[in-house]
Amino acid sequence: MDVANRVEVTGMAAELLRRLADEHGPLMFHQSGGCCDGSSPMCYPAGEFLTGDSDVHLGDLGVAGMEPVPVWMARDQFAYWSHTHLTIDVVPGRGSGFSLEAPTGNRFLIRSRLLTDEELKALRT
Amino acid sequence: MTVYQPPGNSGSPASFPSRYENWIGGEWTAPAAGGYFENPTPVTGQAFVDIARSTAADVELALDAAHSAAPAWGRTAPAERASVLNRIADRMEQHLTELAVAEVWDNGKPVREALAADLPLAIDHFRYFAGVLRGQEGSISQIDEDTVAYHFQEPLGVVAQIIPWNFPILMAVWKLAPALAAGNCVVLKPAEQTPASIMYLMDLIQDLIPPGVVNVVNGFGTEAGKPLASSPRVAKVAFTGETTTGRLIMQYASQNIVPVTLELGGKSPNIFFADVAAAPDEFYDKALEGFAMFALNQGEVCTCPSRALIQASIYDSFLGDALERTRSIQQGNPLDTGTMIGAQASNDQLEKILSYIDIGTAEGAKLLTGGERVDLGGALSGGYYVAPTIFEGDNSMRIFQEEIFGPVVSVARFDQFDDAVSIANDSLYGLGAGVWTRDMNTAFRAGRAIQAGRVWTNCYHAYPAHAAFGGYKNSGIGRENHKMMLDHYQQTKNLLVSYSPNALGFF
Repeated sequence: MDVANRVEVTGMAAELLRRLADEHGPLMFHQSGGCCDGSSPMCYPAGEFLTGDSDVHLGDLGVAGMEPVPVWMARDQFAYWSHTHLTIDVVPGRGSGFSLEAPTGNRFLIRSRLLTDEELKALRT
Repeated sequence: MTVYQPPGNSGSPASFPSRYENWIGGEWTAPAAGGYFENPTPVTGQAFVDIARSTAADVELALDAAHSAAPAWGRTAPAERASVLNRIADRMEQHLTELAVAEVWDNGKPVREALAADLPLAIDHFRYFAGVLRGQEGSISQIDEDTVAYHFQEPLGVVAQIIPWNFPILMAVWKLAPALAAGNCVVLKPAEQTPASIMYLMDLIQDLIPPGVVNVVNGFGTEAGKPLASSPRVAKVAFTGETTTGRLIMQYASQNIVPVTLELGGKSPNIFFADVAAAPDEFYDKALEGFAMFALNQGEVCTCPSRALIQASIYDSFLGDALERTRSIQQGNPLDTGTMIGAQASNDQLEKILSYIDIGTAEGAKLLTGGERVDLGGALSGGYYVAPTIFEGDNSMRIFQEEIFGPVVSVARFDQFDDAVSIANDSLYGLGAGVWTRDMNTAFRAGRAIQAGRVWTNCYHAYPAHAAFGGYKNSGIGRENHKMMLDHYQQTKNLLVSYSPNALGFF
């Protein structure tokens, strides 16, 4: 990566996104917090979940063959997450909530690493 | 010690059918689109029952049934509704072991918890609401000498309830009992990770509830949960889960102008003041047990005491004893009454916990014990087991700020009372908290200063009916477990009555 970013997607997750986009059209993510299936990324048809001033747009996932997928997080939650880089991955499983992938027997999952000093500097500018 | 046979084996107290249809209008009803999904037990990872994969058409059918039943149920005498609740409680009590084993097989929790907590609490919950229903009174306000305001409680009508997977039967009952007591009909959707034990319960109590009063529709959130939560035909939505889905449900409710109650989790602090270690007595032992409560239900509790804050002057010795206590937790076959920690409820839950253990380590937290998946061997090899895990770190780390929903506690030290309160409140959530001290003043001052809906004081993880439970901050809206819950399922009818024979003289 020559440009710092906050969020990426694995090849497996991108493949699942393409399949979901075929069925549901353009997509979005909102990162959840809290109980049960919280702390997981929720995938919805674009615009299904209303975002606003209380949210931060972390970036757009570029997946070949489909429109960019914006990734959002609540602003207060971002205050605790802002030092980490997120990669949206997928594992076998069954999330509840209204995330679109649940019926496929897969669940999107966040993998995290610390942002480097260089990345943090680049993201601030 | 008893080891129960798994459902499907001869000698097991519980036995599942090969598939569950939906429970609608007092009948087992096949899903309109004909689809089913496999439900695995987290104990072994093997599928054991097929579950209806419902769609909007099934939700509509359930709403039709509920709306047909609602006028008559809402007019039922309180004594009769209370009797129905009491009969359900009695039936559950007669089948307690069977229900506990069914719950374990669906959810993965240790059977001793299901036997001692989930089922007894669920049974008592029906009895509690049967009782407070009989005692509920409206009010009368004297406006002036000739005018009086009567306040009647009336049911909302048909309500939607979306249930989490951590205590499938108990969480369903927390919502069902007050809704039914208040005179509502219900369309309930269990979690797709644990859809079976609620159907087991419905099968057991089906003859006790008038058709259409309780309808249970299974399926995936996006296919069945959304049509239910967004339906203009429900008068209220009750949800337990996480924040993004909670917001989405509020968004749908705003479009229909209906109320919601939400329970959305937490990151509960468990605070140990230095005086707990003043003597190596029973109270000190109780406090150590309070620390180890993070492992209850494999940590899959919204109020898991997942942040332990220990006063600096006792930090090393208390944490040393707490480590020893944690290492003595017996992990094993959930159907063995000697087992203290069972399986995580699903594979994705297991993966999420492991990903948090990764980020905890990456952020520099020190792993003191656990931190790994456990292979219990034999048939249990395919189950989802995680060792009880203790991290030491700082409250700014993500493992201190996010609900992992696993048997993971993050430990930090504090110096003075004010530090403890400030760390405890440095969280997006405010559902539960624990305070441990021998000093009465410290206990009350801390309890009032912590921004959480429930502060356990010298105890933890007790959930008796008649003690209000619910969240501050991002942890939700509304209170369960208390007669005030009746208000969340009723609306107020005011009759403003004049008995003056005289005109006002305006016109």
